[in-house]
Amino acid sequence: MTINKKQNGTSLEIAVEGRLDTTTAPMLEEELSRSMPGAQTLTLDFADLAYISSAGLRVLLAAHKAMMPKGGMKVINVNEIVQEVFDVTGFVDILTIE
Amino acid sequence: MEAKIENIPRVTAFIDEQLEALDCPMKAQMQIDVAIDELFGNISHYAYAPGTGEATVGFDFDEAAGMISVVFSDRGVPFDPLGRIDPDINAPAQERAIGGLGIFLVKKTMDSMEYRYENGKNVLTIKKKI
Repeated sequence: MTINKKQNGTSLEIAVEGRLDTTTAPMLEEELSRSMPGAQTLTLDFADLAYISSAGLRVLLAAHKAMMPKGGMKVINVNEIVQEVFDVTGFVDILTIE
Repeated sequence: MEAKIENIPRVTAFIDEQLEALDCPMKAQMQIDVAIDELFGNISHYAYAPGTGEATVGFDFDEAAGMISVVFSDRGVPFDPLGRIDPDINAPAQERAIGGLGIFLVKKTMDSMEYRYENGKNVLTIKKKI
């Protein structure tokens, strides 16, 4: 997994590439805990994300909750496989997916 | 191999190799990879906790049915992942729990999932039509 970070003022955009699973989720968690405190809005770009497992969902849920009192979090460019995971688990009703 | 999360990529690589040889559609392959992450991850975390132990992963292809199976077995604590209650997938964010979500996801994306405990082993089989 590769993480690319763009920060523009207080808007943070993180692009995740590869697989977000048990082995890689801690890397994203670490990056978010480092970068989120200075951000008002968070955008996660999943254009190059191959798939996500429940370990990745755990990190997304925590980030979503952390951003709720601020400007919020949105997820963009979700592929079919990742969208199915969001649909099946009901995350589609929690997250802002664009 | 040893049941530890560092070995998940090895398991995935082994199964992907079999699936690619069968020209498995990418979507099914990704779903199977997610299932491996959930199931081998669970075994790694819980089967031998707090110690470690061995787990075996087998692959089979039923050509007539166009069905692949992946079989996970371990000699850890007897645990039937199908015995737990499905998580509440309608709960709001603040009340969401992740526990059980992985198994639920596997159940929904595979064609079948079966558990049995035999000869001192947990044997979990997932099947998917490709």
